[in-house]
Order: sequence, then C-alpha cells, then structure tokens
Amino acid sequence: MNVGLTRCMTLSRVISALVLAICAFMPFLAPAVGEPFLIGMFARAMIWSIAALSLNLIMGYGGMISFGHAAYLGVAAYTVGILSFHGVTSAWIQWPTALIVSAIVAFLFGAISLRTRGVYFIMITLALSQMLYFLARSAELYGSDDGLTIARRSATGLSFLNLNDRVTFYYVIFAALLLCLFVLWRIVNSRFGMVIRGIKSNETRMEGIGISTYRYKLAAFVIAGTMCGLAGILEANLEKFVSPDTLNWARSGEMIFMVVLGGMGSLFGPVTGAVVYWLLQDKLADLTEHWQIIFGPFLILVVLFARGGIDGMLKRRPRDA
Amino acid sequence: MPEPILVTESLHKNFAALIATDSLSLEIMPGGIHAIIGPNGAGKTTLINQLSGMMKPDSGRIRFAGQDVTDLAAPARVRLGLVRSFQITSILRDFSVLDNVALAIQAGQGHSFRFWAKAALDPTLREPARALLEGLDLGARNDVRSGELAHGEQRQLEIAMALATNPKMLLLDEPMAGMGPEESARMTEYLAGLKGRITMLLIEHDMDAVFALADRITVLVYGRAIATGTPDAIRADGEVRRAYLGDA
Ligand SMILES: Nc1ncnc2c1ncn2[C@@H]1O[C@H](COP(=O)(O)OP(=O)(O)OP(=O)(O)O)[C@@H](O)[C@H]1O
Ligand SMILES: [Mg+2]
Repeated sequence: MNVGLTRCMTLSRVISALVLAICAFMPFLAPAVGEPFLIGMFARAMIWSIAALSLNLIMGYGGMISFGHAAYLGVAAYTVGILSFHGVTSAWIQWPTALIVSAIVAFLFGAISLRTRGVYFIMITLALSQMLYFLARSAELYGSDDGLTIARRSATGLSFLNLNDRVTFYYVIFAALLLCLFVLWRIVNSRFGMVIRGIKSNETRMEGIGISTYRYKLAAFVIAGTMCGLAGILEANLEKFVSPDTLNWARSGEMIFMVVLGGMGSLFGPVTGAVVYWLLQDKLADLTEHWQIIFGPFLILVVLFARGGIDGMLKRRPRDA
Repeated sequence: MPEPILVTESLHKNFAALIATDSLSLEIMPGGIHAIIGPNGAGKTTLINQLSGMMKPDSGRIRFAGQDVTDLAAPARVRLGLVRSFQITSILRDFSVLDNVALAIQAGQGHSFRFWAKAALDPTLREPARALLEGLDLGARNDVRSGELAHGEQRQLEIAMALATNPKMLLLDEPMAGMGPEESARMTEYLAGLKGRITMLLIEHDMDAVFALADRITVLVYGRAIATGTPDAIRADGEVRRAYLGDA
C-alpha cells in the first residue's frame, strides 16, 4: 500500500509540474504547433487559476463557501478600468489602488457575512456581490451594461516590462501565478494556516482552545480577496475591457467549480481545475452551442464521485476507491 | 483561607419551561478537584457550557480568578486559563493526533497571525505536544489521523487538547465517558497527577473515579445543588442517596 501511495502522491506532483511547465513554455509551444491563439487561452486560464487559488484559501482550507468571490475580481478590474478612463494609466498607481480596493471590499463583505454560518453565509456573500453587479450595471459614466473599454494596458514605464508586448505580459501573468502559489504554500502551512484549517475541521473546538475564530476568518477573507483582486487587474489588462459580468454570480460559481474540480484544500488543485475547466469549456463549445448541457452534469458527476477533485483522484489509495 | 478561583452567583438558565440551572451558587477552591454529580439531564453540561462561555446564563454572575467573566466570550475565557473538555468528543478529526495538540499549544502561545514560518517545523509547538501525548500514553499514535483513533484514545486526546492550552482550571465534562475500566483507571491516575497544579471541576458518572479524585462534591438535581460536601459527607447524606446514588 505504501509503495502505491507514494507513487500516487508523486503522480499528483508530476501533473502539477507538468501543468506549470506547459504554462511556462506556451509562448514557444503555441507557435510551434501552429496554434498561436493558445497563448491568449493559457494567459486567461492562469488568471482564472489565480482567482480560483484565492478562493481555495477560504473555501478549501477555511471551509467558508463564498458565493461572491467575483466581487473582488470585479472591483479590481473596474478600478483599473476607471482609473484608465480618467487618464491614470500608470501601473504603479493602478495596481496598488486596485489591490487596496479589493482588500477593503473583502474586509467589509467578510465583516458582515462571517457573522453567519452555512446557507446564510452563502446567501449573504451572493447578495453582497450582486449588489456590486447592479451598481456596475447602473454606472452610466462607465458604460453600464455595455461595460468599459480600456484604451491601453497599464503603463509600467519600464521598457523591459511593456505589457503591450504579448509575451512579456504572458510572463507577468505567469510570474503572478507562481507568486500566488508560493505565498499560499507558506500561508497554509504557517500558524495562521493551521488555525484556518482547524476552523474548517471543527470551529467549536477551536474556540474551546482559545481561538477567536472570527478575526482569523476575516483575515483569510481579506488575503483571498486581495489575491483575487490581482486576478482582476490582470484580467482587465488582458481583455482591455471590463463589464458587469465580471462581478456576476456566474463568475463566482465558475470559481467554485474550478476549486471543486481541482480539489478543495489542495494547494495546486485550483490551477489544474482552472486549466481543465477552460479546456473542457473550449472543446465542448466546439462540439455544440449548448455545451453547458454536457458540462453541468459532468460537474455534478465530479462532485459526487471524485471527492477531492482531480487532485484527490490522483492521490487516492486503491483501497479507498 | 485562600480565595476561591471560580465563583458562580445565583446562576439561572431555562430552556423554555425547563429549568436547567436553578439559582446555582458555587465556590471552587484553587488546586483541588471539585466533582459535580447528578442524574442524566440534571444540568451538568449546561453548567459547563455557561462557565466556559459557550452558553449565556439568563441571570447570575460568574467570576474567575478575581475577574467577572460573565460577559466574556469563550475563547477569551480560555486565554485567561479557564478551559473545558467536551462530553461528546470534539477533536479535529482530519488532523493528525500530534497536529491536534500542537495547535492547542499554539493557541496558548498568543495570537496566530504568523503567516510565513512552517508550523509543523516549529519545535516550540512539536516538542511540548509530543511530551504531553507521551504522558497520556498516546505517544505511539502521533501521526495517526485523530478521526481513526479508538474511542478511548479519542477521549485521551480530548483531555490532551484541553491541557495543551496551559490552563489554570479545567472543566472536565465526563472525561471517562465510554472508556473501559482499565482506561478509566489510568485516566483517574493521570488526573490525580495534575492535582495541585490545575484546579478541576469534574463531572463524572463513574463513582469510583469521583470518590477517588474529588476533594469536594456537589450533587446537582434538576439544576439545583442539593448538597455540597466532602466525599465522606456526601456518601453519608440520606437525601443524596435517595436522589442519586440509588442505595436502598
Ligand atoms: N440547548 C438546549 N435546548 C433545550 N434544552 C436543552 C439544551 N441543552 C440541554 N437541554 C436540556 O436541559 C437539561 C439538562 O441537560 P444537560 O445536558 O445539562 O444535562 P447533563 O446533566 O449534562 O446530563 P448527562 O448526564 O446526560 O450528560 C436536559 O433536560 C436537556 O434535555
Ligand atoms: Mg452532560
């Protein structure tokens, strides 16, 4: 059993390394196989990965099923768009501002929603994020339903960091993904991370050993929201466009799917989840316009039969299967 | 005369029409073991819930170590040194045994807003956790997922977690519940070893354990203390015999 277990654990690692390697070399692979559009697709998949990774901190590790995580993606993207609209194009102003805005929104939303549990928590996070969605839809100055086109990508003022260069921007996104993975790896194994995981496992017991759980959950919420804000900044720059849909519950739902698909509470799972989600969606969309009819049941099957997601399947011991 | 470490002043708690705690005034002296016995549904767990801050009394005050803690939340009371264990085992089932205890030790070392260093490599957490588990005969089970432990071992872990927070006073809710006689005897011996260092409020149905350990005993019936005294006095008390000990 031990030999098998070791092999399976390695398999999960190998897949992680493989996914990262594919991401790392995509700007060279894609033209080589004659499909240059793959660069944009993987850039998008990596941004979604960052968003899913951030959600995994609170949902996978902390057990807080937030159905409003798109809020932080959206406010950060809108911050970039609105600043750009008013002529502020410097990345050094746009990016920190957007991160701070998403942190503040996460703090406020967390402070309210974390006072509730279970289904109420899910509903409140959903309601709060939908509030922002409707706010964006009614913001006429910034395009209402039509969204806001961003004239040019954030200006870094550094020649070697020109985001208008496709490959440079791709590697900025890749570096952001690696940074997030590294930061999360440290966090989930730190004292703070142990507390967050303990709260998921048994919150009453955590209070019983003297942990005031609310403040730790709130801190995790702010970290996750800020990290999701980073994804929003990158997305606004990639698409050069931001619309209310960025804030919509459907985006929050997609993030949950990616986390579940990849494996809740596994460090790398959400990245695999996001990439697989993105590829599946793309391939199924080629097959039929009604790809969601296939995709929906597929996700339900994953939730029902592959507990622990893809990562869980790779790690599972034969006797558990 | 030393000051009592824990005092309740006419504590009251109702569940609808049911009186679970009835003008209960207790004084617990430091260092000893004060047992609370009484039939099922007497309100023993409800009392611990209120003392630990997990349930609000309807009226009355609770003072611990000279401080009024009635309005203090449960974690804050733990940080003052007033720590409970649970009648129904409450552990982190998907953590290893060692991680359960290490986390409780961490909780006793101040805030956990430390985001960078690996907790699993921190000797100030791992070593005391190992020592504690060794003392409770769980040393060989460190790396087992705690949900997979046998019942008796889970009960030991329950106590280990409470002890790991470095308490001044333990509120033990039936620590021997569901243990075999041998495990029970070992736990009794272990608790006896803590006597003097940690004050204990002991709720227990196992009368051998109670009479072996307790310096004072309070008998609770329908939320009311019908008698308080030394083990000998309680054993001799006719009302107690009728109400609870069940002697003819
Ligand atoms: N949350 C609650 N809501 C309503 N009634 C409750 C609640 N908790 C306890 N009770 C009732 O209060 C009474 C006292 O319960 P408690 O659990 O304190 O008894 P106990 O002395 O610990 O009993 P046991 O020896 O079985 O553990 C019981 O009648 C119980 O049904
Ligand atoms: Mg009870």
